Formats: sequence, structure tokens, C-alpha cells
Amino acid sequence: MLNYFPEEVLEHVFDFVTSHRDRNAVSLVCKSWYSVERFSREKVFIGNCYAVNPERVIARFPRVRSLTLKGKPHFADFNLVPPDWGGYVYPWIEAMAKHGINLEELRLKRMVVSDESLELLAKSFPNFKSLVLVSCEGFTTDGLAAIASNCRFLRELDLQENEVDDRKGQWLSCFPDSCTSLISLNFACLKGEVNAAALERLVARCPNLRSLRLNHAVPLDTLQKILTQAPQLNDLGTGSFVHDPDSETCGKLKNAMKKCKSIRSLSGFLDVNARCLPAVYPICTNLTSLNLSYAPGIYSNDLIKLICHCKKLERLWVCFFIKLIHYTYFFSGVPLSNQGLNWIMQILDTIGDKGLGAVASTCKELQELRVFPSDLYGVGNAGVTEEGLVAISAGCPKLNSILYFCQQMTNAALITVAKNCPNFIRFRLCTLNPTIPDAVTNLPLDEGFGAIVQSCKGLKRLSVSGLLTDQVFLYIGMYAEQLEMLSIAFAGDSDKGMLYVLNGCKKLKKLEIRDSPFGNVALLADVGKYETMRSLWMSSCEVTFGACKTLAEKMPRLNVEIINEGEEIEASPDDRHRVEKMYLYRTLVGPRRDAPDFVWTL
Amino acid sequence: MSPPQLGIEGQSQCNVSLMASSSSADCITQNGLGLKERNYLGLSDCSSVDSSAVSSVPDENKNNLNLKATELRLGLPGSQSPERDSDFPLLSSVKLDEKQLFPLAPSKDGICSLSQKTVVSGNKRGFADTVDGFSESKSNMFAEGNWIFKTAGSDSGQPKLATKTEVPAKASQECNNKINGSNTNNPPAAKAQVVGWPPIRSFRKNTLATTSKNNDEVDGKPGPGALFVKVSMDGAPYLRKVDLRSYATYKELSSALEKMFSCFTLGQCGPQGNPTREMLSESKLRDLLHGSEYVLTYEDKDGDWMLVGDVPWEMFIASCKRLKIMKGSDAIGLAPRAVEKSKNRN
Repeated sequence: MLNYFPEEVLEHVFDFVTSHRDRNAVSLVCKSWYSVERFSREKVFIGNCYAVNPERVIARFPRVRSLTLKGKPHFADFNLVPPDWGGYVYPWIEAMAKHGINLEELRLKRMVVSDESLELLAKSFPNFKSLVLVSCEGFTTDGLAAIASNCRFLRELDLQENEVDDRKGQWLSCFPDSCTSLISLNFACLKGEVNAAALERLVARCPNLRSLRLNHAVPLDTLQKILTQAPQLNDLGTGSFVHDPDSETCGKLKNAMKKCKSIRSLSGFLDVNARCLPAVYPICTNLTSLNLSYAPGIYSNDLIKLICHCKKLERLWVCFFIKLIHYTYFFSGVPLSNQGLNWIMQILDTIGDKGLGAVASTCKELQELRVFPSDLYGVGNAGVTEEGLVAISAGCPKLNSILYFCQQMTNAALITVAKNCPNFIRFRLCTLNPTIPDAVTNLPLDEGFGAIVQSCKGLKRLSVSGLLTDQVFLYIGMYAEQLEMLSIAFAGDSDKGMLYVLNGCKKLKKLEIRDSPFGNVALLADVGKYETMRSLWMSSCEVTFGACKTLAEKMPRLNVEIINEGEEIEASPDDRHRVEKMYLYRTLVGPRRDAPDFVWTL
Repeated sequence: MSPPQLGIEGQSQCNVSLMASSSSADCITQNGLGLKERNYLGLSDCSSVDSSAVSSVPDENKNNLNLKATELRLGLPGSQSPERDSDFPLLSSVKLDEKQLFPLAPSKDGICSLSQKTVVSGNKRGFADTVDGFSESKSNMFAEGNWIFKTAGSDSGQPKLATKTEVPAKASQECNNKINGSNTNNPPAAKAQVVGWPPIRSFRKNTLATTSKNNDEVDGKPGPGALFVKVSMDGAPYLRKVDLRSYATYKELSSALEKMFSCFTLGQCGPQGNPTREMLSESKLRDLLHGSEYVLTYEDKDGDWMLVGDVPWEMFIASCKRLKIMKGSDAIGLAPRAVEKSKNRN
């Protein structure tokens, strides 16, 4: 029956199918649906830029207007992937320019973006509207200047956590006076200064500006002027929030804030004077998203005061400050006994959990919480324990996504959390000591995580940590039916652990493992599995060269890449040698041609 | 007269009234802890520790004995109690080397260590010994021991066993405790030997690292962070670091620098390179530093070398990246009034 629908109708119906997964499914129904779908697809999502090449994408989707690309593996965030590994966007931009693609939007994550690419991008696509770069690197403010100067209809320039070299070239001043189309501007990750007057003028002439995130070089008085010009903002990232709280400027800021009735999302505060914070209280009541994870200067009590105003919060990112004391206390000149020190630590200890308690009692709508440690090396975080997590789970029943760094955890706490919050979609727990056992019983945390996967039937992403045996993976394999991404570090006892996961988690897309005793038996047990997944990362595990080669031979549509660093580069390593870092992914286009010397595709 | 020992176990009625620097008055409450501590980020704050935090302390420690005479001061472990100097935070008189501020996970077998130079002290023992009724979990937290985990190629297959044997070492002298620092026997390690743990994006780590040095308050009160900058002196064999936030005026800074660098001018140093008391002849030093012989300069955010003293103090500390004590003869390029100005500052 459906075959008799004219294509125009199909196309119209497909317009309502927006998620790329649904569109992928639609294209598998039959040839005519495949054909209609491919000509009508405007947004293309490529989860691994090396799974396919630009020419094939363009050939299949000639009308693509929006391209999303992801490059490096996730563990690259933590310095496990050497620089120059790959993930270059230039070939994609070049190919699209060559084929006359009407590109309007480009969203990149963990890719290498050169100034050249940005210049080519800016000059090749007259309707280009939106550039979103997340965790990318390789460009400077000169590239941004090219975008600002040439993209006449630019609506969105969103830079999140990129490493950008500052060339002091006043890139922001390159937006021409004719540019009035900006809806979203986020340059919070830039380190250099922008011309304040140019910024104010830009904001003043863009009436549709909804999202503005400044970097820490923008002073508070500029913020105040901007807010006066742009009371329609939905999303604000402050620049420097340092000023004399009694000054006229702060008074004006508070008044300007009161008029910003649409702000729902707040971030920034990289530099902050906590005494200026009351200026933002007027907007707190309507906030749904608050990101203070880059605000280590807001200490717990001020943090708590702020949060107590935010009753509608749905998303909260915080860092809890570590109050480690590194000196013996003297008591009238005599060093304190350890008991005394311990007592003091007890007090400080509770600050992190106390803050979370405040969140639990205030933010009943909370859905997503991220708790980062705010110290340099991520150690200590004495303030955050399992108690905070339990409090949150009890107070925030809508919680569905959590990233939680903590000093310690217990099975009992995790079991309680699992009962309180069965709706987790993302659950990432990171104990600062990666192999710490249950803080009370000294047992592994298997039962706790087991409870989580059993209770949270919709769980899609899981990161485990702490002392864990193969048992936890048995639970994961048994219960985590919807799991798509799993991160494992320093866990498990034997190949069985990995096998439980590979056999059990049918929807697994990304598996990343480090420093765990999984080896060849697990790797080779079900080679076909890897074609159903996007990628597998294994580092500091027990797999050998021989096994990787075997796998590569059996599965031609996988790229099995070995990353060799340091002195162990041999011409042909022994098959029995352990592989330090292996990254494999399914691909339609064979070994990539831009791999550096230290990456071998087997 | 021997001062009372603060032993929580035996003396439950004893209150600890912790005095911080007098300029942070809001830290000090009736029962309060005014802790002017510096953590390894060099940030110090006591404003967020208020009496409500104290309320979580077990009851036996809550009382109202405000023993003014019993001031809790901070000092490097193993060192003598520093002089009481009511105007300055304690630590300004104890020159702190940032390298000593990382008493973290002791490394066993050198597998992992997050500590920098460990602070040697006979006083520091594991927290594991607490027997005064604090919750098990808390003391376990400190007793949890070393971060033993497998690094590349090592201990293949048995990392967990290693951890298990170490962890229950409640009474172990070698327990990691986050305060006292690590095993004094262990060699210092500059950074975590395990790459990428905890899994925090490097962008985030780098950003917070820079921020921790730069947070300041403009209203003149000591900010929530310390601001350590390097101080070099022409002709000195090594540099020093000072915390700009532990001073409130140029005069304090210059006095401190005089004391710090006098050993180079007078040629005598104590065993740690600190000027010994005998040498502190302030007037003599002042003459040296503020006469034509030396000029104090700083490098600002733009990389320019500026004369210290032109701008208001807060602006100065906000823009100062490092200090340099230049020989007067090198500083001739600066404004001719410079030398007079530096004399006048006294």
C-alpha cells in the first residue's frame, strides 16, 4: 500500500522524522524509501569521522545542510590519545566546498580544526549559519576572525571547551556592522580579551540574541552594559564576576538582572567575588540550568545560598572545593594530635555533602547533576561522599543523569540510590581512588552497581569505578539491556568480565576499557559483535598483537588501530607482546590515510 | 608552662577556638573555626566555614569555652610554632614552597603517587588511629590507603589483591591521609603517575589550575585564594615565591622581600636559606633595597616590566605575574622619580 504513495507525500512525512536514528531506520524499509529519504535528509550525523569518508556522505546525501562529526575517541579527553592522532575536519570542508554543498551548520566534537579549515568554511558556504565546536583544537582566534568577517548570516558561534590560541587580533571586532543575525555567541573558552566596545555594539545590534557566554576577560561593567541592552537573553555565561560589591556598577548590574526575565540558564563565574553573587538572585528563581563547575571561587556556603534560590533547577553542574589542610595545626605552639586534625577534617568533610543536601532539599525538578572536584589533580575532594549522592537521590526523584566524582562510595548507598531513582539514563560514578572498595564493608562495589543496572531499565550510559570484580560485569550483561556506552577502568578479574558485557549488552555502541585484565579470549570470542558497535577502546589491558592481527584479518570492515608510543616501536613486534593502546571501529572505507606513524592499522 | 594539649579523645570539653588572621573577622564565630589554611592550590578561605559547619561536630566538642589564649595557628608540620604576628596571616611569616603542599596518596612501589614533595614530619601519622567514636566510614576514608592500581605492564593480573591488602590498614602508619600527607619515606613525584585519572577533561583541569591562582576580591579583604608569584633578584642563585595576598600594602610586601632576600645581600643564610635572626637588621636592609641599589619591579599581564608602587595595591596584585628585584643600575631606564618614590614608600 505504502508503495503507492507519491514520493512528495513520503518526503513530507519524512520531514517529521528528525532523529537520525529514525531516519536511518526509515531508509532501510525499501529502496524507494531509501531513495526518498536520502534526498530529503538535511541533517547528517557521523559518530565517527573515520567510519565513512566525505565523498560517500555527499554522494548519499546531496542535500545535506547540517553536518555533525565526531573525531577522537572519548579517552582522548584524558590525555590517553597522543596529539596528531587524527580527526581532521579539513578534508570534509574541502569536499563539501568542491561539491557545492549548501552547508549551513557544522557541529564538531573532538576534532582538529585548523585556521585554514575555518577560512575555507567561511568563504565557501554563503548561507553558513551555525558553527559549534566542542573539545576541538588546532585553531586560533584568526580562524574565528575569518568566520566573523565572512559569514554574513551567522546565527550561532558556539565554542565549548576548545583549546584556542589567542592571537590578540580582535576577532570579535571583525563582525561587520551589517551582522545583525546572531542568536547565540559563546566564547567562554577563549583566554584572551575582546574589545568591550565592539562586544557591546554587537549585542546591541543583534535583537535576536538569546544565548551569550562571555569569557573571563570580560569585566563586570561590560556585562552590566550588555544586559541592559539584551534583556531578552535566555542563556547567560558571565565573564569576570569580580567587583566591589558596594559599587554603583554592581547596583546597576542587579537592576539589569531584574529586567532579564527570560534567563533560564546561567554559567561562568570563572573569576568571582562571592559578595557580588546576590546580583544574580533575581534570575535564580526561573533558572532551569546552572553551571558552576568552573567556579571554584564560590565556596560552599555561598554556593548553598545561591542554590537555595533556584527551585526550578533541572540541570546543575558544580564543583566542590577541596579544603585540604596540609599543615599541622599548632595549638599554642604544640602540634595537634591526629585526633584533633581528624576532628577538623570531619567538619570540613561535610561541606561538600552539605551543599548537596541543600540541592536535594531545594531542587525538586533536578534531572541532571554533575559534581566535579575543583582541585588541580582531582584528588582529595574530601567534601563529597556517598552521603551527598544518597541525599540527592532522595530529594530529587526526577534525576536521570549524573556524573559524580567522590572520595568514597558504598554498596548500601548505591542500592538506596537505585531504589530512589529508577530513571537514570546516564550514570557515571568516579571514585577518586579508582580501586577503592566499599568504605564501610571493604567489599567490592559490585552489588551497588548491580542494583543500579537492575533498577534503571532505561540506562544508556554507565561509567563504573571503585573496586570491582567480574561480578559487576555479570550484572551489567544481565540487566543493562539498553546500555549503549560503557566506561571501565581498573576493574574486573578476568576475560569473563568483558565477555559478560559483550554477550549481554545487545545495544552496546561504545565500549572503552583501560587498565583492566581483559585479554585475547574476550577480544576474540565474538568478532562479529564489533560491527554492531561504533568503537572499542582498550588500553593497558592484556590483549596482544597477535590477537589484534587475527581480529583485523577476520573482520575487514573494522579498522584495528594500534597506538604505539615511546620506545617500543618495533618493525614487527612479537605477536605475544601486549598492546598498550588499541582502538577499533567499524568502517566502510578501510584504513584511514591520514594516520600518523605511531598509529598502525592492522 | 606547657600549654594544654588538644586531644579530643581525652578532653572533650576543650574547645578549639581557631584564630585566623584578624582581617577575616567573619570567620570567627563563637564556636567557630577561623581557619586560615592554605591548601595546595594556594587558596585559603575561612569564610565558608561557619558555625553551622561546626554543628556537625560531635557534641562533645561543642562548647563555648573561648580560650583566647589558645590560638590555633598553622605552620609547616615539624617546624616550630611561628611567631605570633597579629596583623598578618600566620603563613606569611613562614615561607611556603608550593612543592611542599601536596601530601597526597603515598606511592607504594612507586606505582602511583599524587604527591609532590612530601612534607617530612614526625607528627604526621595516619588518621586511622582515631578511636573516639567518629563514624567508621569517615575514618575509613582517611585510612583507605594508597592508590594502588595497575599501571602499564605492571602487576599484571593482580592489581586488586594489592589494593586489598593495603586498604584495611587502619592502623597502618603508612595510610594515606589527606591532611598529614603521605609516607615520608616515599620519594616525591611531581604529578600523578597514572595518566588520565581521575577522568577530567584536560581543558577543565587547565582552566581551574589557572583560575585558582587568579581569583581575587577587589574590596580589599584577603581574597579566597593565595597568589603566589615568583620573586627573582639579580645575582641571587635561586628564586623565591611570595603570596601577594598575604600582604595588604606595598610596605608589607617590601618588608617581607627584604627579609627574604637579605641573605643574598649580606651573604649569610640559615640552613634553609632563610635569613637567621641575627641578620635581620631592618634599617640596613631597607637602605639596601630602597636606596639606589635595588629597585622592585614586576611583570604585568601584558608582559611589561613595571615599577612597583604606581597603582593601587589591589590593581597591582591583580596584574602582577612576577616580581624582580633589579639592581638600581639596571633600572635606569625607569622614571627618574622611581628611586625617590621607592624611598618615599617607606
